[in-house]
Amino acid sequence: MNRPHIDPVLRHLFIASLWRRRLATTLSLIAIALGVALGLAVQLIHAAAIDEFGRGLRLLSGEADLQVVGPRSGFDDRLYLELAQRPEIAEASPLLDIEARLPGRDETLRIFGIDLFRVGAVTPPLIPVAETPFETDADDPAAPTDRLAALRPDALFLSPAAATRLGLAVGDELLVQVGLHEKPLRIAGAVPGAGVGQALAVMDIGAAQQLFDRIDRLTRVDLRLAAGVDRDLAQRRLADKLPAGVSLLTPREAESEALGVSRAYRVNLTMLAVIALVTGGFLVFSAQLLAVVRRRQEFAFLRALGLDRRGLARGLLAEGAMLGLIGGLIGVALAHLLTALAFRIIGGDLGAGFFQGVAPPWRPEPELSLLYLGLGLLAGLAGAWLPAREAARMVPARGLRAGDEAEVYRARPRWGAALAALGLAAALSLLPPVDGLPIFGYLAVALILAGSVLALPGATPWAMRLLKRRRTTLVRLARARLAAAPGQAVVAGAGVLASVALAVAMAIMVASFRDSVDDWLSQMLPADLYLRASSSVASGYLDLNAVDRVTALPGVASVRPVRFETVRLDAARESVALIARPVLGGHSLPLVAGSLTPVLGPDALRPAWISEAMADRLRLGVGDRLEVPLAERRYAFEVAGIWRDYARQYGAVVIELDDFRALTDDFRTNDLGVFLAPGTDPEIVMAAIRVALGERVSEIAEPGAIRALILEVFDRTFLVTYLMLIVAVLIGLFGVGTTFAALAASRRREFGILRHLGLRRRQVGTLIALEAALTAAVGVAIGLAAGGAIAIVLIEVVNRQSFHWSMDLQLPAGLLVIFSITLVTLAAFSARLAGRQAMRQDAVLAVREDW
Amino acid sequence: MLYVENLCKRFDGTFDQPLFELVSLALAPGETVAIMGESGVGKSTLLNCLAGLEPVDGGRIRLHDQDLTRLGEDAFALLRRRAFGFVFQAFHLLPHLTLAQNVAVPLWLLDQDEALADRRARTMLQQVGLGARADDWPRHLSGGEMQRVAIARALVHEPAVVLCDEPTGNLDPERATGVLDLLFARIRSAGAIGILVTHSRVAAARADRILRLTRHGLVADPSADEAPRPVAAAQE
Repeated sequence: MNRPHIDPVLRHLFIASLWRRRLATTLSLIAIALGVALGLAVQLIHAAAIDEFGRGLRLLSGEADLQVVGPRSGFDDRLYLELAQRPEIAEASPLLDIEARLPGRDETLRIFGIDLFRVGAVTPPLIPVAETPFETDADDPAAPTDRLAALRPDALFLSPAAATRLGLAVGDELLVQVGLHEKPLRIAGAVPGAGVGQALAVMDIGAAQQLFDRIDRLTRVDLRLAAGVDRDLAQRRLADKLPAGVSLLTPREAESEALGVSRAYRVNLTMLAVIALVTGGFLVFSAQLLAVVRRRQEFAFLRALGLDRRGLARGLLAEGAMLGLIGGLIGVALAHLLTALAFRIIGGDLGAGFFQGVAPPWRPEPELSLLYLGLGLLAGLAGAWLPAREAARMVPARGLRAGDEAEVYRARPRWGAALAALGLAAALSLLPPVDGLPIFGYLAVALILAGSVLALPGATPWAMRLLKRRRTTLVRLARARLAAAPGQAVVAGAGVLASVALAVAMAIMVASFRDSVDDWLSQMLPADLYLRASSSVASGYLDLNAVDRVTALPGVASVRPVRFETVRLDAARESVALIARPVLGGHSLPLVAGSLTPVLGPDALRPAWISEAMADRLRLGVGDRLEVPLAERRYAFEVAGIWRDYARQYGAVVIELDDFRALTDDFRTNDLGVFLAPGTDPEIVMAAIRVALGERVSEIAEPGAIRALILEVFDRTFLVTYLMLIVAVLIGLFGVGTTFAALAASRRREFGILRHLGLRRRQVGTLIALEAALTAAVGVAIGLAAGGAIAIVLIEVVNRQSFHWSMDLQLPAGLLVIFSITLVTLAAFSARLAGRQAMRQDAVLAVREDW
Repeated sequence: MLYVENLCKRFDGTFDQPLFELVSLALAPGETVAIMGESGVGKSTLLNCLAGLEPVDGGRIRLHDQDLTRLGEDAFALLRRRAFGFVFQAFHLLPHLTLAQNVAVPLWLLDQDEALADRRARTMLQQVGLGARADDWPRHLSGGEMQRVAIARALVHEPAVVLCDEPTGNLDPERATGVLDLLFARIRSAGAIGILVTHSRVAAARADRILRLTRHGLVADPSADEAPRPVAAAQE
């Protein structure tokens, strides 16, 4: 009923005040805008990438009702013939999915071997259209002659995106690598149905099987059910008929399987953005609280004039909302700019490599943008909430008198609440993840932060008691002020505390992670040289002959072949990596449990070593039994050990190479670790290997180079994290500066009185700096403790639950000491600087103003 | 009419020790009263109680047959908007508003159209002799000028009661005289009830009545009758 009258009041008395304290307003705006921008940009990039990725998957499944999927090595194509004859099935389309290595190029090409006569019925987007460079048949692209042209064994059809990326046109030749050999293919046409975002190629399945040495093998069969057949029923019934390691999925299951991988990473990035946003809200809080203190008399006067409590609170909340709204709008605009820029420069991948090769277009995403605008508004409102309440509570008659500011700063110790928050945090960090996400871990982090801020008013007088012995007037004054008005320490120190805690937590976490990765690499890469035909998923490999030739080279003492494969375990929904390599006999593996040399009885099962991710996901421990499907049969293994693996988030199982070869008859090798005889120059051996195997079909690297590359990737992955963190700390520091500036301004009278009492101008400055240093020191001390606790939660709960990675706690002590000292110094310096403005005021005027 | 009956205010948190009690007063529109008393006797507190800025511990205040002591805090705030005007010792002009805007604040609070409020504020400023400076800022004014603006603001919304707390306390005697002349002239011409709290006998002498606040109520100022008329009074 009395809302409209607020208008000029709101405008002139509240919103206008934001303009008067431009610096604080700008900082609050920046903080909120950055929080919103970072969070929204992460979401926009991922939403677009996921969308494009999912679209690709849906495109590739076409109109399939069900998909038969197997391990990467595929399954026998007789399964296809059996399935095609089942009455439930109307159409079946076989598929061979190959990641082809392209010699001399860095990228690989995904090639689908398809049955040209079947693909149209189930997966029409994959239909190849032949184009002859000389005789054009444009008016009838599906003419029988074209179909036949597609059947030529060297004919390859590129999607528009692949043609652009590879820079190839119809008639050009493309070399693909098979094992260590280069095979030529000719571009015979396009796959126009693949859309603009999907880089892929299509060829005849028989030719692909022949070319890539995968005779009789398929990796997928797409099924369309006969009319009236229930899909769930068919899925259950057909699943029984499948060999070990082969699953029957609906296209949706296949899609969620592919997308699940990046979810934890995305959530983690979003959480960092939320932290930036919380920092923004916090800045609004301290700016508003100080503004309320400074405008105390004004508010008291307005109350005397008849402004009611609610009107006052509403005005102050409107200020916060204004900050949130404008910050949010800037943030949303910035996010879209960042996203568009990111798509242009790096594509849809945020550094973790989940969406490499996906090039999504920018889209406005109005719902997401609105959501983040709302979050910005919320941050502004939340920051303004407590100060507004505080202002509305004030007794106007008292506010009209001077010297009432100290009231605000008289915070009661809240040990009970602090301990309760910390206790709850400890309890929450013991809880399991929710749907694979460490929700309780994040809550625990928030509670630790809240608990330590709550501990500030109690801890400040307590810390001041430690200074009791010092008798200098200034120290006594500073100590007395902080002990009597710990609320001031809360306003100024909480900003320090929050940014220190978050920075310390991240520093410890990243240092621990990097150190553990480094350690892990040195254990995973014991050989002197590493040789690979292609990345583990692509089409290059070394056969026995090649391995023998390398072994026979002069200077080579021994070799350790590794075979990579993926398998689908019954117990796990997703595929896991299978690594076959020599383990027994002391080849190292970074174990966290179990043994590399298990005592094997005569009737013991074969040993397997599983990664932490697998142990977590499948709840397996040392001594448990694990069934692994190999060559379409199940074999039982015993878990002999659990090892740390930072490379494969969905889990990996290591088995003896000899066991693998005996069970599968597969003698191919992906990676070869080469141990050199003492005194051999690795360069000479590398050159010899290149000569023996061919220059373009293999990659040779020394462990140092691999390690450097991986650590570089690691650092790049954490780049976004670092950037967001630096922004948060910077904003926090700026906040501290403005807080002290505002504090100094609000205490002008007090300083004036001190000058009257005989303090020199310089001494007042020192007093301000001293108070700031003490406040910051208390904040830093508690922040360090809180940061350590948060780091432990991040390492033991958040990372463990999102990625199933354990790591050894590593304290970057030197860095933390430097950081703390810098922060305390900066706080003192910024306060001194801010105080200069307060001291410039004529002392006499400052005191009299109030009489 | 404003009736104050047996008003009682105790010290914060005590039950037996009154700051003042048995304060009674009746004022008709256009009538002014000056309340004097020693420091600490609670003169400002009495004003605050009358305006509902501090709760009372007993007694009643009635304005135009409405019992103000029964009003809740927010209801009293709404009433203050309409019926009360204030002049403070420290002026309390908002430094970031122009003079016209400062005077218009009570009208804004009453939900008056901004353009109309601006016109009324300017008229009011003219009446206090600052019409030419309506768009100036408070920091450019002398103390006397600031108090003139405050008087304009106290009367712009035609309140029933104007409460003045030591309005000339920050002014030199010469300026004080001018401000007091203006203040009383405007209160009287507006037909408002004026209550003035002051230490200054010169200021008090402008009022229709002078009362002295004691712990046990308001008493007629004994020196009032034989006191010289204001013009002759030099110093307090």
